Amino acid sequence: MTMKAKLAAGILALAMTAGGALAEQVKIGIAAEPYPPFSSPDASGNWVGWEIEIINAVCAAAEMDCVITPVAWDGIIPSLTGKQIDAIMASMSITEERMQSIDFSDKYYDTPTVIVADKAVDISPTPEGLAGKILGVQASTVHQSYAQTHFADAGEIRVYQTQDEINQDLAAGRIDAAQADSIAMDEFVASDIGACCEVKGAVENDTAILGLGVGAGVRKGDDALREQINRGIAAIRESGAYDEITKKYFSSSIYGS
Amino acid sequence: MTALRAWLLPHRIVMIGLFAALVLWCAFALRWDWIPKYAPLALEGIWRTIWLLVVTTVLGFLLAIPLGLAQAVGPWYLATPARVFCTVIRGTPLLLQIWLLYYGLGSLFPQYPWIRESELWPYLRQAWPYAVLALTLSYAGYEGEVMRGAFASVARGQIEAAQAFGMPRFTMFRRIWLPQAIQTALPTLGGETVLQLKATPLVATIAIVEIYAVASRVRQDTFIVYEPLLLLAVVYLVIAGLLALGFRKLEARVPVKGH
Amino acid sequence: MIELLSLSPPGWGGNLLRGLLHSLEIAFGAFGFGLLIGLGGACGKLYGGPVLRDLLAVYTTVVRAVPELVLILILYYVGTDLLNKASEAMGYGRVEISGVAAGIWVLGIVQGAYATEVLRGAIKAVPSGQMEAARAYGMPPFLMLRRVTIPAMMPFAIPGLANLWLIATKDTALLAVVGFNELTQETRQAASSTRAYFTFFLAAGALYLMVTLLSGSVFARIEAWARRGQPSLRKAAT
Repeated sequence: MTMKAKLAAGILALAMTAGGALAEQVKIGIAAEPYPPFSSPDASGNWVGWEIEIINAVCAAAEMDCVITPVAWDGIIPSLTGKQIDAIMASMSITEERMQSIDFSDKYYDTPTVIVADKAVDISPTPEGLAGKILGVQASTVHQSYAQTHFADAGEIRVYQTQDEINQDLAAGRIDAAQADSIAMDEFVASDIGACCEVKGAVENDTAILGLGVGAGVRKGDDALREQINRGIAAIRESGAYDEITKKYFSSSIYGS
Repeated sequence: MTALRAWLLPHRIVMIGLFAALVLWCAFALRWDWIPKYAPLALEGIWRTIWLLVVTTVLGFLLAIPLGLAQAVGPWYLATPARVFCTVIRGTPLLLQIWLLYYGLGSLFPQYPWIRESELWPYLRQAWPYAVLALTLSYAGYEGEVMRGAFASVARGQIEAAQAFGMPRFTMFRRIWLPQAIQTALPTLGGETVLQLKATPLVATIAIVEIYAVASRVRQDTFIVYEPLLLLAVVYLVIAGLLALGFRKLEARVPVKGH
Repeated sequence: MIELLSLSPPGWGGNLLRGLLHSLEIAFGAFGFGLLIGLGGACGKLYGGPVLRDLLAVYTTVVRAVPELVLILILYYVGTDLLNKASEAMGYGRVEISGVAAGIWVLGIVQGAYATEVLRGAIKAVPSGQMEAARAYGMPPFLMLRRVTIPAMMPFAIPGLANLWLIATKDTALLAVVGFNELTQETRQAASSTRAYFTFFLAAGALYLMVTLLSGSVFARIEAWARRGQPSLRKAAT
């Protein structure tokens, strides 16, 4: 064996002993950014929020040994296909476009899409209402696709890597409006920084783009894991654990119809 | 002729052949069907990258001259701040500087209504002024250090000769110090400019749509992982190659000491 | 403001320090990995055959012309993909790669290209008589590398290596873009969770600066040590 081959084999062996023993763990990818009230890091470095509790409940119900793994949102699908994570539970909507690359579990929540803007600014959630305005959306989300399909001709669309940056720039007045999930936006306008702004209303639904609710993404063909997650979701819906967690965060159900 | 012959060595011909085969394989085996759709956006992105590069290197270099001069010969009350500035810029990651300016300053401004109502607000609410500022300061910090050495290396005798002729201080600076310092700094300038090119994609993190951001967009829209990144690397290689060529031409035109 | 930075929750100081630790861990690993590549690369460039030399030239040129951010993305996905394919082919099933290991791999490759150039220059600066003398005594190449070439080139290599180490510490910040929990990412999360941007970004800047200044003095000592017994070469150097 040459020097190089030995070294390569050594590194490989090292990498495997480092992680190989834990191969039965299921790595659940979440977006490495604060997205309250669904998932955000607290000061002790733990991730907390509705979605985190749901992940834990689903994993417990389906008897999976889950590890929550934060990944940059814009690389989350490549991370899944590249096997750095096994499933995505990061408020990802089930859409046709994504289904070409990955498979989805059943939905675990479904909320409308809204436009938020400064209280003093006259904006409505229509192409006419957004004419000449700067609209912020998060990259690789249904909101980006929707805005680019329905609002591109009306105003300027600025694409951000995280929802948190949009909220900051909306509060800082750098964009006129933001399009995002209604729950995340309710939380935002209720916060100190979001006091500037209000929800201007829901956009017209377009299920082809906005999808059929939020589900867990798994690799194409990974049916075993997909069904395991489905069982977990069904079990916590049945047992009432789902509603209990929801009650801690929201006044009404967010499962949708 | 020798340059051409160097390419025709037997092992090079084989390697070039292999490389051509690799390119062909990439062209046919990988997915490139997204290119026509994104080409206009990509051209705009390349243009924005080059614009950022040119504007920030020129501004940064102009700022580096006083920074270098202050450190090399300035009184302590100018030398110390200049030195602290260079140390801080060189000692912290550019990404952190960009975010400090954009999110830090950016979150301060709107708290003052008079700023929001001022003429400047339409500019302050955009991202590019912060990007230009951060990249300019960064370039100035690194190049200021080079200019310090360059100014310090101008031979004392020349300054003394100029003084003996009664040359006014500013003329002395313009005619003797600056040209010689720039000449000394020129070989590093090319390298620093390539480093600056490599720093430009960082501004994509504050929602500026330069070429890196365009590639990210393609990756996000199409879920194609490697192809946009490979093409992006080629784009940067070409720009860096052109820069290196340009600077080599420039250096050849300026006579260098000892040659 | 002080409360925000306190080390135990609800302060975020502990997160920042944890991030710093991750950054240093990655920087240290990448620097070491880069040195290994650099040593191999420098020897290959100086003594290798024409094919190896050309391949190394392509490696150093590409890495030094393409932004680290792009390389990080390419190497991150390619590296983990290849490792998984390799281990699957060998029948081990897939491998999980920790963020730190991936960071070291990615930044190490980048560092290796620069280290190759630094070490090549340093080896060339060693007076050829010293190596010829070793060869005349019939010293085997590896022993010569260990006993003559490396100690003799150290003084020439250290300023460049010090610079590389600083680049390594700062480049770890780029891993924030891939979502690693190093210092810059921790800072950003703390800042956006508390809305105290200035406090946290300045605190992180101070931490980075501290690392830079400390490393500067450490490297100055190493350089003095490596130059022991040598007449001062550059008295005007600062």
